[in-house]
Amino acid sequence: MPEVERHSFDVLVIGAGGAGLRAAIEAREHGMRTAVLCKSLFGKAHTVMAEGGIAAAMGNVNSSDSWQVHFRDTMRGGKFLNNWRMAELHAQEAPQRVWELETYGALFDRTKDGKISQRNFGGHEYPRLAHVGDRTGLELIRTLQQKIVSLQQEDFAEFGHYEERLRVFQEFTVTDLVVEEGRIAGAFGYWRESGRFVLFEAPAVILATGGIGKSFKVTSNSWEYTGDGHALALRAGAKLINMEFIQFHPTGMVWPPSVKGILVTESVRGDGGVLRNTENKRFMFDYIPEVFKDKYADNEEEADRWYTDQANNRRPPELLPRDEVARAINSEVKAGRGSPHGGVFLDVSTRLPAEEIRRRLPSMHHQFKELADVDITAQPMEVGPTCHYVMGGVEVDPDTAASSVNGLFACGEVSGGMHGSNRLGGNSLSDLLVFGRRAGEGAASYVRGLSERPSVSDEAVARASETALAPFQAEGGENPYTLHMELQQSMNDLVGIIRRESEMQEALERLEKLKERAQSLSVEGHRQFNPGWHLALDLRNMLLVSECVARAALLRTESRGGHTRDDAPAMSADWRRKLLVCSLDGTRVNVEEQAQIPIRKDLLDLFDRAELEKYLTPEELS
Amino acid sequence: MSYQGKFRVWRGDDTGGALEDFTVEVNEGEVVLDIIHRLQATQAPDLAVRWNCKAGKCGSCSAEINGKPRLLCMTRMSTFTEDEVITVTPMRTFPVIRDLVTDVSFNYTKAREIPSFTPPKDLAPGEYRMQQVDVERSQEFRKCIECFLCQNTCHVIRDHEENKEAFAGPRFLMRVAELEMHPLDTADRVDSAQESHGLGLCNITKCCSEVCPEHIHITDNALIPMKERVADRKYDPIVWLGNKLFRRS
Repeated sequence: MPEVERHSFDVLVIGAGGAGLRAAIEAREHGMRTAVLCKSLFGKAHTVMAEGGIAAAMGNVNSSDSWQVHFRDTMRGGKFLNNWRMAELHAQEAPQRVWELETYGALFDRTKDGKISQRNFGGHEYPRLAHVGDRTGLELIRTLQQKIVSLQQEDFAEFGHYEERLRVFQEFTVTDLVVEEGRIAGAFGYWRESGRFVLFEAPAVILATGGIGKSFKVTSNSWEYTGDGHALALRAGAKLINMEFIQFHPTGMVWPPSVKGILVTESVRGDGGVLRNTENKRFMFDYIPEVFKDKYADNEEEADRWYTDQANNRRPPELLPRDEVARAINSEVKAGRGSPHGGVFLDVSTRLPAEEIRRRLPSMHHQFKELADVDITAQPMEVGPTCHYVMGGVEVDPDTAASSVNGLFACGEVSGGMHGSNRLGGNSLSDLLVFGRRAGEGAASYVRGLSERPSVSDEAVARASETALAPFQAEGGENPYTLHMELQQSMNDLVGIIRRESEMQEALERLEKLKERAQSLSVEGHRQFNPGWHLALDLRNMLLVSECVARAALLRTESRGGHTRDDAPAMSADWRRKLLVCSLDGTRVNVEEQAQIPIRKDLLDLFDRAELEKYLTPEELS
Repeated sequence: MSYQGKFRVWRGDDTGGALEDFTVEVNEGEVVLDIIHRLQATQAPDLAVRWNCKAGKCGSCSAEINGKPRLLCMTRMSTFTEDEVITVTPMRTFPVIRDLVTDVSFNYTKAREIPSFTPPKDLAPGEYRMQQVDVERSQEFRKCIECFLCQNTCHVIRDHEENKEAFAGPRFLMRVAELEMHPLDTADRVDSAQESHGLGLCNITKCCSEVCPEHIHITDNALIPMKERVADRKYDPIVWLGNKLFRRS
């Protein structure tokens, strides 16, 4: 029996981004002794990278907005594959979640009458995104972090101890969940600093680990995004859905190489920026898909009028959902009309006065100036698609965020369903808050309903410890950095923005080989803050999740949202009724079809029949 | 475009360490963090460094480059000549954990000592009304990415361990100012700035503002205005006399 530090809590939250922190706040406010376990320092999570804003139908700028309109936009954005109940809850509860942030101390940009200002974004019918310049994610994470501190101060006042009911374990990585008799019993992991192991005993675990972007070469995601929660859930016996849907954000930086993939916020387009090719043409007018023809302007004059008069003009096509814009950019570059470094031009300099650009897009101005020597008030930016977000994730109950494993919950990017096949910009931050809160509540109510707590067996601890130490046992094995680079290249080239059967087959073959080689990884040095060892452990998760993506993508023979197939370019109404569900069978990923639950009638009635005909089968409409 | 760059990187832990020499490939457009990552991938797989976003937004990769407090991800290699030796060391004010990683828990301790936002009791969520011009002052301070470079550079604590207990440091004195200037915060923060958080120890040398990667005017817009509010209350003879005559408590 290896020596491990032990802690006992009511609820464990894995991940300290927006979803994890909101879940922890809720669990603690329901009286649960709660721990947050996070890979980075507290307050550094990937949520800080979110720029544009939080979508919530508050109607502060255009009073015609309502949750029903937001629901419609979300379903359209996801091409109707969304879990409609999640989309409904999300649209209904987002405004309360944003207002609540103000009570925690958030300072959003304001309208003239002192309310929270809202900006336009792709796929949203009205100005809907609450924002702080272009650093909304930072505001969100800092606000939640400070709320947690304030709860800890309350505990200090009451118990003389800050961490009585809510404790953050930072720079701590969970390597395995412990499941005993079919329900969650705890989690096992290591301190980055010392490499020492810790066992957490807890009847409920909330996964809030974010995404999987680090399996791709060009990505806006940070090192933490290695699909940990997705893999932990699979290994614990839960199911993943929609894993074939990956969002490539249309505008990532393309130059210099070292910053390739870093995000350029959609607000640039929301605030008037346009996309041009080397022929100086606003090419997005050529890429308006049939389903959106009545909503988007087909000429520059109308598109430009929309910024000041939204009631009488259609939207500019630069504000189509992200999947459409990313594909368009990809096509322009392939056709030889790309910019010098393989992107297209995104220009706001000819559209807004310099002062206005600096005020509305300060961090973009800063980022380009410092990293690329480009002054965005005077020059266009070069941009191209970058792996940004995974729509797929743990299959959960919409109301409680519970997975199919007792005691296991998931919220935020690691959960699946809410965004269907494509997420709208701004719907991520609101998703974190709405379902973070619901997961905290769901976990608290699960724990309260237990008559006895599960216990962790010594055997489970020994097994987890052995797995985590394996990379130190082998000598002269593979270098984890080399393996990681090969994985990223394979996923980028073969399961990227445009897919075809033969390439995905090849990806699966390569993944098999990588999996084999990963058995004999070896790392140098010792356990204290050793990034080589950390990567070796993360690779196990990346390989598993990549296999889910490739297998599901191979099976879905249609194109929809974040899944585009060269060999099956059309969207199929029959496929809309099917979800692909991944589960783990030993070391093998199984993918099975599962029927979608039909959309509730009163929600269907929010759409015109003519629009529904574009997505649904005649049988569903009859 | 590529060349072999010369690096000296501090390696060691809390028991001691030394600068280690490396020669490593440098390509066009790269930043210092890229080079550190290349070292990890090719020569020193267990070289410890903290980083996250690689875009200057999370404030994780703080260190000292040729003695200057900087973010590794925002320091471009093109700012150095090709034959220059680039020395990378951990932040000096905080205890070393390993290589470039330091123990920054001091900052989390200080964050907890500042009373949180205190909203008016009678205001329901959704009823908050504030003007843009009024929120902008605190918004500037909320741009802070908590890289702690200002804390690292501040001479009050950089070589004075004994001041750490009494002094919150520029980042957290700025937090006090941010709350003091929040249009709806109801708590009084002026006395505690001086008495509990050590505002008086700051002698406005502006080093913190100079190293701030977000270019926040920490001294001019946060610390000096706070000092003025303290001075108004504490040292204004009329206020002093008023306080003597009409004790508030």
